[in-house]
Amino acid sequence: MNSMVQIKSHDVADASGAATKTKVVARGVNVHYGEKHALHDVNLDIPERSVTALIGPSGCGKSTFLRCINRMNDTIPIAKVTGKIEIDSRDIYDPTLDVVQLRANVGMVFQKPNPFPKSVYENVAYGPRIHGMATSKTDLDEIVTKSLKRAGLFEEVKDRLDDSGTGLSGGQQQRLCIARAIAVSPEVILMDEPCSALDPIATAKIEELMDELRENFTIIIVTHSMQQAARVSQRTAFFHLGYLVEEGSTEKMFTTPTDKRTQDYITGRFG
Amino acid sequence: MVMHEHTAKAFDVDLQELTRMVAEMGGLAEKQIADAVDALVRRDTESAARVVVADVALDDLQREIEERAVLTIARRQPMAVDLREIVGGMRVAGDLERIGDMAKNIGKRVSELSGDFHPQKLIRGVEHMSTLVLAQLKQVLDAYGSHDLDNALAVWKGDKEVDAMCTSLFRELLTYMMEDPRNITFCIHLMFCAKNIERMGDHATNIAETVYYMIEGRPIADKRPKGDTTVFAALDAVSAGE
Repeated sequence: MNSMVQIKSHDVADASGAATKTKVVARGVNVHYGEKHALHDVNLDIPERSVTALIGPSGCGKSTFLRCINRMNDTIPIAKVTGKIEIDSRDIYDPTLDVVQLRANVGMVFQKPNPFPKSVYENVAYGPRIHGMATSKTDLDEIVTKSLKRAGLFEEVKDRLDDSGTGLSGGQQQRLCIARAIAVSPEVILMDEPCSALDPIATAKIEELMDELRENFTIIIVTHSMQQAARVSQRTAFFHLGYLVEEGSTEKMFTTPTDKRTQDYITGRFG
Repeated sequence: MVMHEHTAKAFDVDLQELTRMVAEMGGLAEKQIADAVDALVRRDTESAARVVVADVALDDLQREIEERAVLTIARRQPMAVDLREIVGGMRVAGDLERIGDMAKNIGKRVSELSGDFHPQKLIRGVEHMSTLVLAQLKQVLDAYGSHDLDNALAVWKGDKEVDAMCTSLFRELLTYMMEDPRNITFCIHLMFCAKNIERMGDHATNIAETVYYMIEGRPIADKRPKGDTTVFAALDAVSAGE
């Protein structure tokens, strides 16, 4: 009897693990920058409420792929994206889709913290205001406070919400950018090397934050730090020369990768 | 799988040095076993005492290997196959250190084996066991050095014979002890020597498991064949005596 109960709970645990919903689906994604074929036929499923790390050497296409997910490549005139990317089964390259709405739903955090040259408060309030998410000042105050709290920054800046955002430290600026991104209630957050300009302590805070945020958001992070990918992500995808070489659970990717190129890259054997 | 060099060449040097130190330890451990058993066969207390003293070298090497491994992990943050190489090196060094302790223990017992009762047949039995274990150890150390999965698996599966010999020796010693209580001291010591050698064989299979893990990244899934039934032999003897 006892053993039956155990088997049952084990099944449930397995099922819940496998039943994680896919948030972003990429099928046959190709990107050309003019003559250059930057991304070849990428197929990738990204589960919701988890961190997926995209790794690979410089120029491998990982940032290009990241930028496809909120159509940032639209801003580059020579870029041509083909194939299909769906978020919650909705084709994001559908011509009738509102790109501004898409980018509100898919937030982005960049390598270098880039707060607006405005107050801490305004940095966070800007998005909700232009998207008409707050009907009153109280509403807006609440969104700003909540976003700063979720970004783990509120305690540090609560007494200087009117000071300039650019006056904060690098790590605080990056968390301000994360607060700004989550203020418009996105479902997906893209992070392009969010810690590369930060010291180890600020990096640790952002990593801790990612771990908390993944309860509510789907996070996709491009990182050059293998250790960071191993620490923060649940799934890892390895890109090389414009191809998606291998993807799988982070645990497996960093202990027993299948592809020789993945192994060479993560162990520092790329010449 | 052909391994490329690391971009940071010094990392390759670190790993090679670690492997070299483990191999050196392996060589020392083999010599300790051979010397200890040789001292036992010839009842040479002087060379037995040398075995006891020489064990310090193995302990020191193990400490050095651990320090070097920890330093390499801290400095290089190794991943996947590299991390397994380092962790594997530490584990193998641990097994070799224990093998050294057992050789030392045999050395200590040689001086206790005085008296007239010395059935050469039994001592030859122990010597034969040690020959088998030494061959196992040599093969598994080769497998470690050359990342040879087949050799590692052969050692892992080949421990049965040593176990069986230990069991049969145990039965025989038991009959001698029942015949004449004056034989007990000698028999007990010889039994411990045999058990030490049998344990060395176990450590050789541990090393085989480590080599498998280093290469494959997962533990061996099968069950290992077991030949040591001394526990049951004891029960048989007790019930036979009743």
